[in-house]
Amino acid sequence: MTPEELQTLAARGQEKFAHYKHVLNVCMESGCVSSRSDTVADALDKEIAKRGAKEQICIKRVGCLCSCAQGPMVSQDDGKVLYKEVKAEDAGAILDAVGSKPVSRLQMPADHPFFTKQLRVVREHAGKFDPEDLEDSIRVGAYHGLMKVLTQMTPAEVIAEITTSGLRGRGGAGFPTGLKWSTVAKAGNPTKYIVCNGDEGDPGAFMDRSVMEGDPHRVLEGMAIAAYAVGAQKGVIYVRAEYPLAVKRLTRAINQATRQELLGANILGTKFGFTVEIRLGAGAFVCGEETALLASIEGRRGLPRPRPPFPANSGLYNCPTLINNVETFANIAPIINKGGAWFSKIGTAKSKGTKLFALTGKIVNTGLIEVPMGISLREIIFDMGGGIPDGRKFKAVQTGGPSGGCIPEKHLDIPVDYESLASVGSIMGSGGMIVMDDTSNMVDVARFFMDFCASESCGKCVPCRVGTYHMHEILRRINDGEGTSADLMLLRELCDTVKTTSLCGLGQTAPNPVLSTLRYFEQEYLDLISRAEATRAAAGDGHSKKAAGTTGLEVTL
Amino acid sequence: MSVMTVQSLTLKIDGKDVSCQAGQTILEVAREHDIEIPTLCWLDGLTLWGGCRLCVVEVAGSPKLFAACGTACAEGMEVTTNSERLQKYRKTIVEMLFSERNHVCAVCVSNGHCELQSMAQKLGVNHVHLPYRYPKLTVDSSNDRFRLDHNRCILCTRCVRVCGEIEGAHTKDVKGRGINSQIINDLDQPWGESETCTGCAKCVHVCPTGALTERGTAVAEMNKKRQFLPYLTLMRENDK
Amino acid sequence: MSTATKPTVATVWLDGCSGCHMSFLDMDERILILANAVDVVYSPVVDPKEFPASVDITIIEGAVSSVEDAHKAELIRARSKFVISLGDCAVTGNVPAMRNPYSPKELFERAYVENATEPADANARRMKLPVVGVPALRPHATPVHEVIKVDLFVPGCPPPADAIWFVLTELLAGRVPDPSALTRFGK
Repeated sequence: MTPEELQTLAARGQEKFAHYKHVLNVCMESGCVSSRSDTVADALDKEIAKRGAKEQICIKRVGCLCSCAQGPMVSQDDGKVLYKEVKAEDAGAILDAVGSKPVSRLQMPADHPFFTKQLRVVREHAGKFDPEDLEDSIRVGAYHGLMKVLTQMTPAEVIAEITTSGLRGRGGAGFPTGLKWSTVAKAGNPTKYIVCNGDEGDPGAFMDRSVMEGDPHRVLEGMAIAAYAVGAQKGVIYVRAEYPLAVKRLTRAINQATRQELLGANILGTKFGFTVEIRLGAGAFVCGEETALLASIEGRRGLPRPRPPFPANSGLYNCPTLINNVETFANIAPIINKGGAWFSKIGTAKSKGTKLFALTGKIVNTGLIEVPMGISLREIIFDMGGGIPDGRKFKAVQTGGPSGGCIPEKHLDIPVDYESLASVGSIMGSGGMIVMDDTSNMVDVARFFMDFCASESCGKCVPCRVGTYHMHEILRRINDGEGTSADLMLLRELCDTVKTTSLCGLGQTAPNPVLSTLRYFEQEYLDLISRAEATRAAAGDGHSKKAAGTTGLEVTL
Repeated sequence: MSVMTVQSLTLKIDGKDVSCQAGQTILEVAREHDIEIPTLCWLDGLTLWGGCRLCVVEVAGSPKLFAACGTACAEGMEVTTNSERLQKYRKTIVEMLFSERNHVCAVCVSNGHCELQSMAQKLGVNHVHLPYRYPKLTVDSSNDRFRLDHNRCILCTRCVRVCGEIEGAHTKDVKGRGINSQIINDLDQPWGESETCTGCAKCVHVCPTGALTERGTAVAEMNKKRQFLPYLTLMRENDK
Repeated sequence: MSTATKPTVATVWLDGCSGCHMSFLDMDERILILANAVDVVYSPVVDPKEFPASVDITIIEGAVSSVEDAHKAELIRARSKFVISLGDCAVTGNVPAMRNPYSPKELFERAYVENATEPADANARRMKLPVVGVPALRPHATPVHEVIKVDLFVPGCPPPADAIWFVLTELLAGRVPDPSALTRFGK
C-alpha cells in the first residue's frame, strides 16, 4: 500500500458509512461479550434485515463503551443515545426508537460526568468503529501517523516529538518515553527489537485489554512508529493467554496490516520494514516485569534478572530492545498526528496526557475511563463514578494494584499524577482503581494483596520468596484474631527488608499495600490485635513475652 | 586476540581508594582488595544469579541498595559494604533462609562445612526471630551415589547453573514458583532415573549446604571440594 | 560460704537430650570456681523440686514441646531476671522440631502403632497410645523465644563448655556476652 492508497482507503471507509442515517454501535469487548452483547448484535442484524432497513441503519461491533458493569452497552449515533443492559429481545424496541424517542427503560444519560469528564486521546475513536475491520479503522485515522513519520519525518524528529510530548511510560513506573526511545536508538547493535508489554496482571485492571480489543491497529501503529524511530526490525507483543479476545483481534490486525503492507518488508512503499509477532504469557504476574518478560519470550523461565544491563542496551536475545506498555504505544499515533506540543498541554507539569483507569469496586459507575492527568481522585470517584452505592461511606481507593497503596478520604483532592500518588504512599501503576466502602476491612485488603504477591513471587530472590510468605502469614494471623503486638513489629520490619533488598519490582513494591494501610488505617490493625490479646488473656493463655532482663550482677571470680 | 584499550576507573570502597577496569563488578573489585562482601548464590565461574541478596551494598547518592555481584563499578563511586543497616538486612535474609525449610545443623552431613551455617555465625545470627515454616519436604535418595535433601536447599541454583553451564547436561532445574520452588532432576523425576545426569558430582560440590551430598556420609562428614571450578573455567577460557 | 550474697542460677531441662547439661559439667575444674561464685538453686543436678520465686540467671536447655514445657517456660520467665537459651534445641527447636512437619496424631500413630511390634493386632496397639498422665504435645516443638522473651542465645549442639564458661563469667561480671566466636548452630 502506498500513502495515496491509504488515503483512498480512508475515503472509501468514509463513503461506506456516509449513506447510513443511523449507526448502532454494540460493544464487543470482553466485559459486554460476557453478558452476551454478541447475541444483541446478531438480533439487531436480524431485525434490520426483517424490516428491510439495511441501507438506513448500520449495526457495528465496536470497542468499549465504558460503562462495563452495565453491559451489554449499545450506543446510537456515536453516543447521542446510550443503552445499558440490553438483551437480544430489546432489538425491536431499540430499532423502533431510532429517529424518535429513545427507549427510556434502557437508556442511560449520555451527558453524565462519567462520559463528559473523560478526555479521549488513547481511546480517541474506540467505540466508534469496528476494530476487526481494517477499512473502518483506517477511516478513523489508523496508520496516518505511521504514514506521516515514514514520508515526512526522520527518526530523530520522531523521537524529538515524543520527547516534546512529555509522555511517560504507562506501565506504572512513569519512565520518560522519549528518553527510553533515544537510548535504544543510540544503541550500537544493528538488530533491535520492539516489545509491547500486554501482560496486564493487576487484579481489577483491564485498561490494556480494552485497548488491544478495541483498537488493535493503534497498538501496531505505535510499535511501527517506535521501530522506525529507534531502528528496529522486529516486534513482539507479549499478551497473557487469559486475554483470548485481545489475542484474536491482535492476530487478525497483524494479518490485515501485513496483507496491506502496513507491516512487513516495505511498509507504505518505503524501505522501512517491520514485522510483529505475538507471544502468549502463561499468566505469571512477574512476567510483567520487563526482564522476566524477555526471558519468557525467549522460552525460558519467566524470572527477572539484575539490571543493568537494561533492555535498552541488552534485551531480547541480547539485542537492544524497546519495551513499552500497550497504553504507551497507543499514545504514539495521536502525538505524531497532532504534535508533541499539543499533547504536552494536557495534564500537569510533570505528568502529561491522559490516563486510562479501570474503575471498579464499591462504586456506582464501574467501567473504563480516560481522564486528563491532574484530575482529582474525588472528581473521578464522586463525579464520574457517582460515589458509593447503597448509601455507604467511602473508605479508601486502591491504585496501582498489588504494587500500589490505599488512599483515604483526606487525600482525595490530590491531582492524579505520578508524583502526587507516590507522595501519599501509592503509585500510578498501570491504572487499576479499586474503590472501597466502610464495610471493607483494611487488614484483609492488605492480606489479599500480600496473598497475591506471595503466590506470584517467582522465588528467585530470598526476601521476596520468604518475606512475602511471612508477611502474608502475619496478616492472616492478625486478620483471624490471632495477632500479637510483636507480629506488628515484625511486619513493619519485613516490609522494610523486602522493599529494600528484593531483586525486582514485584518484591520491591509488594509491601506497599501493607505500608499504606498501616499509614492510614493503623487503628484497624491495633483493634484486631488488642481484641486478640484480650481473648487470649481471658482464656488464660498468656504467652505474652515479658520485658528483657538484666542481671545487675558484679562478681569477680 | 585483538588489542583493546580497557578503560580504568577509580572508586572508593569502604573509604579505601581502589582502581579497576571498566565492566568489573563491585564484588570482583572488593574481593581483589580483600574487602569481604557476603554471598551465597554467587560462585566464581558460574553466571550471575543475584538471588540471595546478601551482597547488597550502599552507593553514595542513592537511597537504593545494589547487589554487588551484578553492579558494575563506575568512576568516582563511593561504596559502603558493611554498614549497620546492611548488617541488619543481611541477618534478616539469613534468618529467612533458616525459617524457610528444615535446616537442622546438628544432624546434617555438611555440619561444619556449610556455607549457610558459617554465614550465620559470621553475621552474628544466633537465633531466628522469624517463625519457622516447617514444610513437609522429601529426600531423593534414588541415585546410587548422591542424595538431594530438599529440607536443606536454599535455592541458590548453583547446581542448576553448574549442570547446565559447565557440565552441559542441564539435568537440574527449578519447578514451581515462590515459596513452592523446588530443585528437580529432568522433568521432576527421581534422580536415580535421570537419563541426562552424567554423575559428574559437580552439583554436589558446588552446593553450599547439605542439600546435595554424597551418599555414605555421616554427620559432619560431607566436605565439599569446590576448587575444580576455577580450573575448569580457566581451561575453557584458554580454549577460546 | 554465705549463700545470701551469691547470685542464684537455675538450669532447666525441657525437650532436649541433656547434652547441654553434660557440656556444662564438662568445664572440668572451672566448675569448682563457678560453684563458689553462685548458688545453683534449681537444676536437674540439684535437689529442690520447686522453681524458686526469684532467680538471677536461668539457663534453659531444650525446645518447648509440650503444654507443660510452655507452662514451665512462662513460670521461669516470670521468676527469672535473665533467661538464656542454651543449645540448638532451645535456640532453634533443632532435633525435637524435626517432628513439626507432621501432626502429633501422625507422630503417635507412627511411634505407637506403625513401628510397634507388640501386641500383634494394630487396634490393640492403638489402645496403648498414651493419653493419661503425660502432658499433651503442642502442635510444634518451638524455640524457647517463640514462647517467652529470651535475653541471650547460646547456640550449639551442644555449645562447648568454653562457651558456657565464657557466657556465665561475663554475666557474673555484669556484662552481656557475645559468644558467637565460640559457638554456632550445630557446633
